[in-house]
Amino acid sequence: MLNEMASGISFFGIFLTCVIYIIAIAIQKRFKSPILNPLLVACVIIIVLLLVTGIDYNVFLYGKLKADGSYDGTGAILFQNMLTPTTVCLAIPLYEKLNYLKKYPAAILGGICCGALACLVSILLLSILFGLDHTQYVTLLPKSITTAMGMGVSAELGGMPSVTVASIVITGIFGNVVAGGVLKLFRITEPVAQGLACGTAAHAIGTARAREFGDVQEAMSGLSIAVCGLITVVLASVFAMFY
Amino acid sequence: MKHVSEIAMIAAVSFAGELLNYLLPLPVPGSIYGLVLMLVLLMTGIFKVENVKTVGDWLITFMPIMFVGPVVGLMNSYESYKDILIPIFVISTLTTIITMAATGRAAQGIMRLQNRKEGKNHAE
Repeated sequence: MLNEMASGISFFGIFLTCVIYIIAIAIQKRFKSPILNPLLVACVIIIVLLLVTGIDYNVFLYGKLKADGSYDGTGAILFQNMLTPTTVCLAIPLYEKLNYLKKYPAAILGGICCGALACLVSILLLSILFGLDHTQYVTLLPKSITTAMGMGVSAELGGMPSVTVASIVITGIFGNVVAGGVLKLFRITEPVAQGLACGTAAHAIGTARAREFGDVQEAMSGLSIAVCGLITVVLASVFAMFY
Repeated sequence: MKHVSEIAMIAAVSFAGELLNYLLPLPVPGSIYGLVLMLVLLMTGIFKVENVKTVGDWLITFMPIMFVGPVVGLMNSYESYKDILIPIFVISTLTTIITMAATGRAAQGIMRLQNRKEGKNHAE
């Protein structure tokens, strides 16, 4: 019954996405735990809501069901359609941080290249170990880069983009939580190296942690999101041929 | 009007990126071509950063909300990944530690090597 109602009304998906996301941000502000990542919390709440009410995912995503069987586009797809222009705009913070790249070009490019390679090689080896198939393997390949890029790479390589997004979010949250311990364990003490490690391994969610370490760490982490993303886009298409 | 022209510029670069994705036979998403193209336009001064920044920063601020749709889609594709839940989790976490350690150690090593070289040059 609720499904019939929702599928007859425009703007249900847009409204639900916004309201639940605001609630998820409030939850994180209240408890301040990185595990309560707003995207993760919002998605869990919405999935539970849709499952409990029986509202069709297509109504949530595409909007009101019209008489001819098509949807009116007033669902969460509205936000999804803005992903490409937003990814394009990631060039703006990268452009503003380019002076850092000019300061330590070898350490930044060398560090990020090593990190991206280590990431892809370990995904390859673990995928073989777990006996994953090609689709599952390429789904996980872009798991350390920022969501917008990772989703695109996964789709281009023939993976499952929504699973990629999930593994990217897990990576970010886990990286955010363990960053302090890992940096200590491997005696990474240079602020520049700390920032690069956070951004390369755990993209924007890792950068949120790098911000707590200092300004240099934050800038370096922000820079490595874009640089590591671009390097991984190229390397992932090569690695996709290995297995 | 400023916002309209910013939107027009960002939309033009997005379209150009998707056009490159359509024309070139590489597995590179259109959004990445667009990102690189935007960076080149900014670096060459063809686009001024203040002429795309208002809308650009605004879009980036609420980027996470754009992933809600695809992530909620996980409820529909459960069959396709239910057998690999544990591998996904193990690979996502383990490789994060490996990547973080490799990046940090490599960057730190290169920096110290450079510092030592510069120190030697000073001594001479």
